[in-house]
Amino acid sequence: MVNTAKGRAIIIITFCVMLIAAVIAIGLGSVRIAVPDILATLFTAGSETKFDTIIFDIRLPRVLLALIIGANIAISGALLQAVMGNPLADPGLTGVTAGAAACVLVIMLVYPEYTYLVPIAAFVGGVISAALVYMLAWRRTGITPITIILSGVAVNALCGGVVGFLSILYSDRLPSAVQWLNGSLAAKGNNALFMVYPYAIVGWILSIFAIRKANIIRLGDQVAVNLGENVTRIRIVLSLLAVFLAAISVAAIGMIGFVGLIVPHMARMLVGSDYKYMLPMSMILGALVLLLADTGGRTLFAPLDIPAGILMAVIGAPYFLYLMRRRAF
Amino acid sequence: MLKVDNVSIRYEHKQVVRNFSFHVASGDVVSIIGPNGSGKSTLLKAIARMLPYDNGSITLNNVNMKSMSSRDIAKKLCMLSQRNQAPNDISVKNLVSYGRYPHKKWFERLNDEDMQIVDWALEKTHLLHYKDRPISALSGGESQRAWIAMALAQRPQILLLDEPTTYLDISHQHEVLQLVRELNEEMGMTVVMVLHDLNQASSYSDQIVVIQEGDRKVTGSPDEVMTKQMIRDVYKMESEIQHVIWDDAPRIHLVSAVK
Repeated sequence: MVNTAKGRAIIIITFCVMLIAAVIAIGLGSVRIAVPDILATLFTAGSETKFDTIIFDIRLPRVLLALIIGANIAISGALLQAVMGNPLADPGLTGVTAGAAACVLVIMLVYPEYTYLVPIAAFVGGVISAALVYMLAWRRTGITPITIILSGVAVNALCGGVVGFLSILYSDRLPSAVQWLNGSLAAKGNNALFMVYPYAIVGWILSIFAIRKANIIRLGDQVAVNLGENVTRIRIVLSLLAVFLAAISVAAIGMIGFVGLIVPHMARMLVGSDYKYMLPMSMILGALVLLLADTGGRTLFAPLDIPAGILMAVIGAPYFLYLMRRRAF
Repeated sequence: MLKVDNVSIRYEHKQVVRNFSFHVASGDVVSIIGPNGSGKSTLLKAIARMLPYDNGSITLNNVNMKSMSSRDIAKKLCMLSQRNQAPNDISVKNLVSYGRYPHKKWFERLNDEDMQIVDWALEKTHLLHYKDRPISALSGGESQRAWIAMALAQRPQILLLDEPTTYLDISHQHEVLQLVRELNEEMGMTVVMVLHDLNQASSYSDQIVVIQEGDRKVTGSPDEVMTKQMIRDVYKMESEIQHVIWDDAPRIHLVSAVK
């Protein structure tokens, strides 16, 4: 049990680390910018420095996008884990992300004139996947790690099939879609940022209200009923919120796996399983992890820009195996 | 106070409880006994709205429970399951404080009065010293007491217990049942529990309901219910019933299976 003061301190420290990492990340790239110059550019009103264009048009949007998306996916994973009562429930493994991506691809490849519908398509795809996982994985005693993985495999395979089919039919329009599908933050810029942040803020505010319900539902269905809660309604509402957060992230930058799995797990190790601490911690840690993945991807192999989604998979999959060895599930 | 009227319960296609009726008077301790698979726990779960029932009605203080909101029911009635699981790192006090949530609106925080009730529940269950410990560090009996404390914090008028002693050793069984008696005598809390042990049912109950294959067999005081004939009919066991001077309740000695 982590006591409240310690939990709070850990959250604040992580938040500070995240801020520092964000400032440093702005400075990294083909043009290095020193921290004082970054701060001067960011916080001096009306001043025009030579770094204005690089910072405001390229680096800052990308850093903010990484922070926001990382937070979204981590919260989404934390909520799904509460709802399914299982630490393996992650938007990637369960197929929510793939479902959202498949629906977005339909729009991008088949109906490119309706691009403005991409966020809605992502949400619809995510909801369909989540519903499928429930139908496949749910047993009378709840969801077990095995059933969740198996139904995730099925849903992911189905969505993979849809994606493969579409990419053969519309191979001429494919290159731009592939760049998006990989979970790359390159060249997304202010467009993606302005698309995602209003939704993200709504999602975060709703997540704050989800904390108490998430805490009650992790005590088990019978206890929740005993406390006068409508368990089915909580499940549906929290799942929709989790899918919403994952879907807008997919709509903005494509598929990023493992953040929703490993970040809530790390948060739980650091501050305990009380969602009052675990959820904010997941949010901050998710932002930090994706920022590191994206910044690493664009600097480690410069001038190559490795998509954050690929780097996350390379780091995330071994971590997932490590958790399995430790029998964390 | 609690009235079960003509209730039938099915699991998919299997009829588990048939046209069952009984009522519980305020301030009574009522035990439901019967062989495995007779429908005892099923009945209790249906009362606690955890299982749906087909026909009939269950009323609490003369109000049909189907017309009450789940939250209103939670303020009056609480059921403790046979086995409970909590996240390992939750502290005893934190767990018990969840019992206050039915009394709160969805945005309301717990206030001083709630925390007093939580402390009171911890004191009643002799857990004050353990309040900051994680649940996982408690023994079986202690953790069962913590769940009872959570139920107490809910301040129900009626407490349903589903085999509260099943996973406990005999001293912890005694401890939990003693606590139930204390709560009943000191606070007038009405208790309905499912028990396996005939002697425990006999010593701790005002009324006993015997259920066999989903039908009510007999209802009455321990003296009326605990007869050789009943035990032969329901459990297929020969027995002897003793009355001892140090206890009002009849003692049951099982002798052998019916040939």
